[in-house]
Amino acid sequence: MAPRGSSSVEPTLDFGGAAPAAASQPAATAPATPSKPHQPAPAATPSSIDLEPDPGAAASASDAAAASPAAPAAADGAAPKSPAGGGSSGSGSGAGTRRTAQDMAKNQKEISISEFFTKNRHLLGFDNPKKALLTAVREGVDNSLDACEEAGILPEIVVEIHPTEKEDRFRVVMEDNGPGIVEQQIPNIFARLLYGSKFHRLRMSRGQQGIGISAAGLYGTLTTGKPLKVISRTGPRKHAVRMDLKIDSRKNTPEILFKEACDWHRGHGTRVEIELEARYQKGRQSVDDYLRQTAIANPHVALTYRTPEGETIEFQRATKELPPPPRELKPHPHGIELGALIDMLKITKARSVKSFLVEDFSRVSAGVAEEILKTAKLSLSIKPGSTSREQADALFHAIGATKIRIPPTDCVVPIGEELLKAGLLKELEKGAETDIFCEATSRKPTVYRGNPFVVEVALAYGGGMPADETVRLLRFANRVPLLYQQSACAVTKSVINTDWRNYGLQQPKGALPIGPLVVMVHIASVWVPYTSESKEAIAHYPEIIKEFRLALQETGRKLGAHIKRRRREADAAKKFAYIEKYIPHIGIALQEILGLTDEDRKKTVDVLSDTLARSRQL
Amino acid sequence: MSKKTTESRHSVLSGKKDPETLAAIRGVAADIHKVAIKGGKPHVAFPTRNLSNVRYNPKNGYFELGKGRKSRQLTVGTAKTFAQTLKMMALSKELIEGDDFATKRDAYYQSKNWGEARFDEQVESDTIMDDIEALVSLDGVSREQLRFYPEEHGGAVAGELVIVDRDPLSGDTIEIDCTRQGTGSYTIPHSVEHLGFKTNAKFILAIETSGMFQRLHIHTFWKSANCILVAMGGVPTRACRRFIRRLADEKKIPVYAFVDCDPYGISNIYRSLKVGSGNAAHLSQFFCVPQAHFLGVTPQDIVDYKLPTHPLQDVDIKRAKDAIKNDPFFQSHKPWRDAIELLLKMGVRAEQQALAKWGLNYVIDEYLPKKLAASQRFLP
Repeated sequence: MAPRGSSSVEPTLDFGGAAPAAASQPAATAPATPSKPHQPAPAATPSSIDLEPDPGAAASASDAAAASPAAPAAADGAAPKSPAGGGSSGSGSGAGTRRTAQDMAKNQKEISISEFFTKNRHLLGFDNPKKALLTAVREGVDNSLDACEEAGILPEIVVEIHPTEKEDRFRVVMEDNGPGIVEQQIPNIFARLLYGSKFHRLRMSRGQQGIGISAAGLYGTLTTGKPLKVISRTGPRKHAVRMDLKIDSRKNTPEILFKEACDWHRGHGTRVEIELEARYQKGRQSVDDYLRQTAIANPHVALTYRTPEGETIEFQRATKELPPPPRELKPHPHGIELGALIDMLKITKARSVKSFLVEDFSRVSAGVAEEILKTAKLSLSIKPGSTSREQADALFHAIGATKIRIPPTDCVVPIGEELLKAGLLKELEKGAETDIFCEATSRKPTVYRGNPFVVEVALAYGGGMPADETVRLLRFANRVPLLYQQSACAVTKSVINTDWRNYGLQQPKGALPIGPLVVMVHIASVWVPYTSESKEAIAHYPEIIKEFRLALQETGRKLGAHIKRRRREADAAKKFAYIEKYIPHIGIALQEILGLTDEDRKKTVDVLSDTLARSRQL
Repeated sequence: MSKKTTESRHSVLSGKKDPETLAAIRGVAADIHKVAIKGGKPHVAFPTRNLSNVRYNPKNGYFELGKGRKSRQLTVGTAKTFAQTLKMMALSKELIEGDDFATKRDAYYQSKNWGEARFDEQVESDTIMDDIEALVSLDGVSREQLRFYPEEHGGAVAGELVIVDRDPLSGDTIEIDCTRQGTGSYTIPHSVEHLGFKTNAKFILAIETSGMFQRLHIHTFWKSANCILVAMGGVPTRACRRFIRRLADEKKIPVYAFVDCDPYGISNIYRSLKVGSGNAAHLSQFFCVPQAHFLGVTPQDIVDYKLPTHPLQDVDIKRAKDAIKNDPFFQSHKPWRDAIELLLKMGVRAEQQALAKWGLNYVIDEYLPKKLAASQRFLP
């Protein structure tokens, strides 16, 4: 598939940057990974990293790919032991043979993060072929949207999924009209894990850990042997650049297989193409589902989707206004861990700890900084570079004991009640049988562990959705749909713990309610707390659950009022039906008994019908 | 009814009460119409039909309805019932004017022509009919006068009585002589409102069992005693009770009940005949026979005539105790309380036909003459 050269006209995606996974690792340091002792798993490792870069050798590469799923399993067992014990049994030698530390040292060496990933890909959402397809698309689209928004460009996204001759392989193309990526950065962004712009800042964005697209590329290379193909252009006056890339997974460095300047139909933007082992399936947790939900939570995005079946689906915009750009935020002292504090002390440019506190954190005034130092029993003139671990610890505890204003909350950008409704209705009303009732609530921003966040809820009711099925729950974090691990998510817990019977719905004990309802819950934050790196479920912070609950209750009350009103209307309709049905017979009977004229009878029926229609009584 | 049938018939069922009945129907309808046409919400006050609204009137001797009323207002919720009630009353008017009748089942099927106001099940039409019956009873009109006839007929009659009826064929008046029925008997029709009576009999003997009736009839007891024999066949039907009542009222003759000596014969058959029942108090004014007295078989008769007995069953005992404890009729008559207590003490019961122990016709030759000679000693 896609012999090099022939695909040069295709456009791409762009990324605001990829973000790193391990919190303690500074991004910019080149062959970054801190060294840990490790014993490579005997047989499997070589095959999974010894990829054949040459596209001509696709067959052998795919063999390697086929072997690789087994490799992580074999390695998993060994890996956890090694860091602690510094290696146990030698790779080749039999059990029971005594070995010296010197012997063992021969096998102790650095593992790259890429290597780690090849064995732990489930951590990043590549556990199975179906999910791998979704994850690849999601990483691409998330990055595109972040880049467009940061550059102030109204996003136009194209997603294509092409089948290949092999049933279990697909070619995924993601293209945007974003700002493009400068040539020198393309290899780093696409072919190096933990490289990007988002991890080290506190600013609301979709990507945050930033392993994203490079992991997708690595997965593709691992499973098909095909390189990642990128086209990017930063402006109409510049050439577009086309590159074929691959990660050296042992060194976590990009390898450029091909590079040329070329023409491209877009003035700016990025296109990325990944061939990967995958399975396409419709329905819930599908790419289709993900894109549709993305369109709901991002009403400013125009999305074109070409399905593997060759169908083209257009998701139109509901608004032409970009969401306001989120402000970048310095960390709040109450959200920082001790380790991170020590790291920050190491790299700060501030000359004293006092100015470090004032300059590198939000909401710390000179007075507050002095108070912290006093509590920590540290000198006001202490230098960041000379603080001992004990002093850092004292500083950390002093921070916790000091009252500090909550961080500014204007750095989180909600979708907003009107756009929530517009986005939801735009996608739900396609094919809806009757009117849909829609209500939304945007809470005021608040804070958990020093991180500002905002919660929003939208409910859509009716429209011919099945009345006897569990409601549809749509979860979003920073406008990204969460499709997996629903039951592990704090959103789900909050919806279950809300008493929907108060709002006119049925709800079995300890379960989601039942009814023709879509429940949409969105959390926006500078740092969304996921339960795992694959970003599938929100962690159960009490502050967050409380906001979910309040937002659900507030919107639920509006829904309850609507359902009650609808029932009243149905009762009224029934009332009129009754009047129309039975009052004429009263007229007929009175005529028969009293010998009324037809005119008398008609008048009696009219007056009586009118009397009853005006009556509230049923 | 087809037109042909109606036109070819003469008036047969019409009675003196018909104008009253029509007036009652018209009265209800007119009240509704008057309120409705002024933009008001009509209501109808039905008598409350539960035991709290029933009392025993010792003066006239039967259960009667109290002053409790349940007002049913016309609302959207009651519109269907209202329409059905009025249609049912219109049907009654049509029956009277067309000289016809309908059973409950007939009425149910008639409603199938009423479009949306039709009944889906007969219980619904029966309920409406009961309501109407209670309503017009306030005007002294019975269900039979509305021309809603029961399914069952009323028992057998023999003896010194001529019944004035009409010939359904010609419409002419005909007279039926109950002494000239051979070994058979006259059957009381489903409604007796239109009947007239001629008699010189001294009393009416209301008999529980057909077996005893046959014996007294075949051996012409009615001749020697100058009486009218009526076979009730267990608890008397509406028609039977109404027949005895009208006959006794019009001819001013006493009624003697001759039933088994057990709590069922006393408490169910005799008491229903005489004072009616609590849950149908609105019917008492038509169906009770307050002039009835209890000839036998009394508990004392068991002793006096040394009758063969059977032990009382649990249900018998319960029924007897209930009668003494809760029934205002028995409570207000000491002789009855004593009689029932005696029965309970003996713990036995005896049937009418137990008298056959002393010979098949002992009842004719000895028992009845002896009893009738001391009618002042009958139980009240």
